[in-house]
Amino acid sequence: MITLLEARGITKRFGGLTALSDVSLTIRKGEVYGLIGPNGAGKTTFFNVLTGAYVPDGGELVFSGTELPTGKPHKVVEAGIARTFQNIRLFRDMTALENVMAGHHIRSRANPFSILLQTRQAREEERLITERAYELLRYVGIERFADTVSKNLSYGDQRRLEIARALATEPQLLALDEPAAGMNATETAKLRELVQTIRHDGVTVLLIEHDVKLVMGLCDRLAVLDFGKKIAEDVPAEVQKNEAVISAYLGGHGTHKAGAAA
Amino acid sequence: MNELALAIPWLGKRNPAAARGVVILLAFVAPLIAMLFGKTWVRILDFAMLYVMLAIGLNLVVGFAGLLDLGYIAFYAVGAYAFALLASPHFDLHLPFWLVLPLGAGFAALAGIILGLPTLRLRGDYLAIVTLGFGEIVRIFMNNLNQPINITNGPQGINMIDPLVLFGWDVSKPLKIGEEITVNSLFQYYYIFLAFVALSVVLVQRLQVSRVGRAWAAIRDDELAAKAIGINTRNMKLLAFSLGATFGGVSGGLFAAFQGFVSPESFSLMESIAVLTMIVFGGMGNLAGVIVGALALTALPEVLRYVAIPVQQALFDKVILDPEVLRMLLLSLAMIFMMLLRPAGLIPAYSRYSRPELVVGKEAGK
Repeated sequence: MITLLEARGITKRFGGLTALSDVSLTIRKGEVYGLIGPNGAGKTTFFNVLTGAYVPDGGELVFSGTELPTGKPHKVVEAGIARTFQNIRLFRDMTALENVMAGHHIRSRANPFSILLQTRQAREEERLITERAYELLRYVGIERFADTVSKNLSYGDQRRLEIARALATEPQLLALDEPAAGMNATETAKLRELVQTIRHDGVTVLLIEHDVKLVMGLCDRLAVLDFGKKIAEDVPAEVQKNEAVISAYLGGHGTHKAGAAA
Repeated sequence: MNELALAIPWLGKRNPAAARGVVILLAFVAPLIAMLFGKTWVRILDFAMLYVMLAIGLNLVVGFAGLLDLGYIAFYAVGAYAFALLASPHFDLHLPFWLVLPLGAGFAALAGIILGLPTLRLRGDYLAIVTLGFGEIVRIFMNNLNQPINITNGPQGINMIDPLVLFGWDVSKPLKIGEEITVNSLFQYYYIFLAFVALSVVLVQRLQVSRVGRAWAAIRDDELAAKAIGINTRNMKLLAFSLGATFGGVSGGLFAAFQGFVSPESFSLMESIAVLTMIVFGGMGNLAGVIVGALALTALPEVLRYVAIPVQQALFDKVILDPEVLRMLLLSLAMIFMMLLRPAGLIPAYSRYSRPELVVGKEAGK
């Protein structure tokens, strides 16, 4: 298996609180990798470090052989990592189609001059972007809402749209921050199918999720964070048997509060 | 072109082609209609065209990219002063118009970047305060740069600015066509300004429906999400500031040539606010709305000036309320009612960044 992303000793502190302490993990090309842990374990912090929103206090990230720049989100996207947000962040006043078209920004080249002059390349590129945006909407199954303003979409469709927008950046690694949060059983099942399709089409997926059933069924491997430390990294079956994981979620030592495992 | 049809919403939705035709026809015959009421009205129309350009430029910054700029008039000032300094007896420079205008636009764009760089991290109210300060700083500079070296001639302003001369055609002189017809310079200026406005509309619309326009809209809607899809927000904001400023600069240059005189008092904070009011009134983010707003709010005070005094004299035998006071009063009232009744402006912007054809005939999703 080829390593796609390697995190080495990532540390992130907020004042006196160490949100991530020396976290190292390896994501292999083509897998669905889960990141779980009780509330406040540092999952989203890791996510934000990975996608450039935070600058880590220590450690480095190596993505397909090269070091990722830290604190520069647009460079991270350019390198091939796309993300979605735990609380959906669409461009609310734009239509679904426009949201996805905006996602193509980093993979398109037209500059202000070619746009003002409407050169052939600029027009051709615009046509291609529109076409691909429709394709992506079809891919996630919301093509019929192409012209709907995104804030008027249903919750599940907004999630799908956000995934389509992330895919528009043509990522190698798609990082999903709690995509099933707030979804009902049917929506979750459909989401699961979508993630599987995405993986099947060659995009590696990093999944942060609270829904343990979804994670266990979907992920090839998982890492478990607790109080900013990685306490396990293995295939789901092994993780489920891991003592440290069980105590983190159920509060085995009496020091941890019972986790929000479901 | 659909934006044109939108300027007359009720017709534009049913028959865009007809609406477009009406708008273009109106644009062409407007000075003739204005002439019926007297020459002053043609002059007002000329000024209205300059304001339309300003509104289009500011709309690019505020409406498209969502960066609230309260000092926009500074770019107008930079353009006007660049023209005044490079084409007047003040320094005894008389560079040709086709050189001065781009230079003025360039200086304005540079000023846009200078304003943009330190304010990149600011948003909303904070950005508004800094831009407001910037606008005042520029005006105060113009007011005080007459010593130790006299650059701007201080509060007296700069006089006798060269008129527009396009390849030997002096726009400030009446144009004779054959023996019979002479075209007044006000008319000539109108059509030249109209051409600039038309060009601005085309250019801005191209930007809006492009990768750049979508990036601006994305930043406006959610800056964090915009970063997360790989938009370099710093560069895109700077681009918005500098392109918006360019329109202000061109408009300022035309203003200087048209007026023949510039002084710092033309570039006060009230002017910035007036332009902002125009775009909010007309419909922020919507080209047609912005243009209608600019025309309406340029015409309003002038109408007042010619109506309020005679009416008051007829009713009370004296002028109780000065038109200028009345103007601010009515403007404020108009804004209050606007915010209550049509918060998105006269002609609101529907979602339409990628496919302008959706604008007409269908209210996308609303």
